[in-house]
Amino acid sequence: MELKDKLVHAFMAFENQLDLDHPVHEVRSAAIKTFEKQGFPNKKMEAWKYTSLKSLEKIDFSLFPKNSPSLEYSAVKEYFLHEVDTYKIVFVDGVYSSYLSETTHQGIDVCLMSAALTKDMYKPVIEAYFNKIAPLEENLTALNTAFSKEGAFIHIPKNTQAMKPIEIIHLATGAASALMLQPRNLIVVDQNAEVQIVERHQSLTENEVFTNAVTEIFADKSAIVDFYKIQNDAHTASLVDNTYIDQKDHSVVKVHTFSFGGKLIRNNLNFYQNGERIDSTMKGVTIIGDKQHIDHHTLVHHRQPNCESHQDYKGIYDGSSTGVFNGKIIVDRLAQKTNAFQQNNNLLISDKATINTKPQLEIFADDVKCSHGCTIGQLDQDALFYLQSRGIGKKEAQALLMYAFANNVLASVRIPELKRRINALIALKLGVQLGFDL
Amino acid sequence: MAYTEEELKKELETKEYEYGFYTDIESDTFPIGLSEEIVVAISKKKEEPEWMTQWRLDAYRAWLEMEEPEWANVHYEKPNFQDISYYSAPNKKPKYNSIDEVDPELLDTFKRLGISLDEQKKLAGVAVDIVMDSVSVATTFKKTLAEKGIIFCSISEAIQEHPELIKKYIGTVVPQKDNYYAALNSAVFSDGSFCYIPKGVRCPMELSTYFRINQAGTGQFERTLVVADEGSYVSYLEGCTAPSRDENQLHAAVVELIALDDAEIKYSTVQNWFPGNKEGKGGVYNFVTKRGICENRAKISWTQVETGSAVTWKYPSCVLKGDHSIGEFYSIAVTNNFQQADTGTKMIHLGKNTKSTIISKGISAGKSQNSYRGLVQVGSRAENARNFSQCDSLLMGDQCGAHTFPYIEAKNKTAMIEHEATTSKIGEDQIFYCNQRGIDTEKAIALIVNGFSKEVLNKLPMEFAVEAQKLLEISLEGSVG
Repeated sequence: MELKDKLVHAFMAFENQLDLDHPVHEVRSAAIKTFEKQGFPNKKMEAWKYTSLKSLEKIDFSLFPKNSPSLEYSAVKEYFLHEVDTYKIVFVDGVYSSYLSETTHQGIDVCLMSAALTKDMYKPVIEAYFNKIAPLEENLTALNTAFSKEGAFIHIPKNTQAMKPIEIIHLATGAASALMLQPRNLIVVDQNAEVQIVERHQSLTENEVFTNAVTEIFADKSAIVDFYKIQNDAHTASLVDNTYIDQKDHSVVKVHTFSFGGKLIRNNLNFYQNGERIDSTMKGVTIIGDKQHIDHHTLVHHRQPNCESHQDYKGIYDGSSTGVFNGKIIVDRLAQKTNAFQQNNNLLISDKATINTKPQLEIFADDVKCSHGCTIGQLDQDALFYLQSRGIGKKEAQALLMYAFANNVLASVRIPELKRRINALIALKLGVQLGFDL
Repeated sequence: MAYTEEELKKELETKEYEYGFYTDIESDTFPIGLSEEIVVAISKKKEEPEWMTQWRLDAYRAWLEMEEPEWANVHYEKPNFQDISYYSAPNKKPKYNSIDEVDPELLDTFKRLGISLDEQKKLAGVAVDIVMDSVSVATTFKKTLAEKGIIFCSISEAIQEHPELIKKYIGTVVPQKDNYYAALNSAVFSDGSFCYIPKGVRCPMELSTYFRINQAGTGQFERTLVVADEGSYVSYLEGCTAPSRDENQLHAAVVELIALDDAEIKYSTVQNWFPGNKEGKGGVYNFVTKRGICENRAKISWTQVETGSAVTWKYPSCVLKGDHSIGEFYSIAVTNNFQQADTGTKMIHLGKNTKSTIISKGISAGKSQNSYRGLVQVGSRAENARNFSQCDSLLMGDQCGAHTFPYIEAKNKTAMIEHEATTSKIGEDQIFYCNQRGIDTEKAIALIVNGFSKEVLNKLPMEFAVEAQKLLEISLEGSVG
């Protein structure tokens, strides 16, 4: 059975386990109908021109694993930011692991989507925010909405600062031979509140995993949100990450995406600016090789005047990897005095790597400053020679240059431990000892 | 018997047909609509050889299977292909008897473009002797070319007189099945130009369709084929700088350029078809397929100034097949009122050490939408390919839009690709500066726009550049204030 049919059939059984009177029931039913009508995206759709999910559709994924084995903290410690104190929401095969997690309700809510969806006290928040910015007609998002049950729920009330970073970690144990996960996160940051979140998907074995995640982030007036995505999964794991961000006046949201692992990664990162003087930043470092495939789709929709957006994506492609970048900036007629900048730089290291990039501007307002720049090239031979002439080995010299190339993005990471961690990951990915910390 | 509702319904259904048929009075115009018979009839009318008829039919059959493209960022009412007459004999009758009858607005534009009275008459379709003069000019001109071995004639003529060249090159760059409009064009093209520059010859003058336009009366489906043999050079101008009050709603032209080893083709277009009135009614749909192929060390340079047409859909492209070949694209697209333009280029790098440059300047005013859509593709064997693209947009007024859709696909690690795009408006301080020095706002804008487009205007041949500059001013008139 093709994956689509399997999912559509599984929906009935899924719904029966849940409260049918809850308002979310309606949302789920509508979503599965949308998905049933549209199916999986295909290459004929402009947004999926360079990325095919065909190979995934043929795999017989298990949708609801029966029992997930318990994990020892020591076995998975390396995937946590264990050097610092953090709140943790950990899922093992899509099921919440209270043993590994550290949640809170003191001042802020760091808990579970399943709790938020069922408990009455969260009803107003769910009704106000759940599935409110995720587009209804988007196939994979609709699929996630239909099966939305578990994930992280974070609510930072007015004038509150989350004292510790929050980690959201999805672990796949490989107990089921092939597993499909659909986590659903909701992050609501009220007026003048601040939070830092780190999200990571990690499979522990070589078994096939397909994650279709949806995250909705609401940043109210003057809120500050830092979101870091670490994508360093096994080479058998595929990820479609859909993130939708709604921003109000004076809010500042930064999303950093670090992509090193995974078989197929598709990031749909969408910013909707619904207020004035908003700052949206999205940055990414991609270093992949072998047959890895990565597709970054970003959208910034400037709807109100006096806002800014900054995009900076760096990619290093080795082996027969494929990289796709599609950055879309829409400036509505109302959004005068918009400053929108987009930068995409790529390095092709091997003969078989491919890059398809499309920085796209759609501008309807006249008093704006918008620019995009995009380059594809190699390491500067002169710079390489310079380093070598000073006794630095060729491999190290190359790594140093590549590191410098990606460093702009790292500079704005605000959690020092995370920065160190990513530094180490980059060094590992480039196969060298950098011998310094930045 | 009573008159039943059923009968009334039937009568109403059939009634339409009373007026539905169109009886043609002029004998030389084919009935409207498109069918295999029409395609064969066009071919017969032009006394084409059997292989050409077959070629057209192949294209027609392919066209039937195709769907009209919808991906472009333009919105328009699709033309009904069965409502068009596909062949119309050149209108030999003068439209007007004296220049006083010509639309004064049109004459005013001519005057500002600096076109001489005689020329004005000619362009407006007034019967004057100058047409005869023009023919004679064309003839002397042809003689010079013939001495050098250059063939420059209408494509129908070329099919008759140089079938071996046509057979060898037609459809090699833009195949019949390339796209919807190219297929349509291949099936029904009425005329166009053919140009062949022999080995090592440098064409002594700028070739222009301008001289021929009265002579051949090119229709709405033009087909141009330019072949530059090894080591030759030609500069080719296309278009008419005067606004052509063309009633035809659809222009689907195909241009094929072939630059053999070491050859260079420079192709310049100034397009100013009727853009529709201020309310956005009428105007020409300009759906053009232009492509050139470069062999080793060859160079193709496209320069275009697009100010007309209600809808433009045009992507002059270069296939850089040979090693060390060079492709260039310089474009200014101006849209005003309700015009829509989706234009750009494709640079396909296949050979080694190939270079391409793209400079695109979009100016949108009024309620128009201006899109740049481009593709830079580097094949896996195209070592050391180099591309530089720059797309700048200028917005005038808050009702218009500027869009960029640059596709970049690189499959080779030695590729060096740079793409830059900016969108901005004319700065108030720039205008203030001009005003301060006694230059009124309208002139100031013309000056700034001129500076903005200078890089492209510089690429046009002298005579064209002057007219194109004036054309920019006229197109943008009334867009500010």
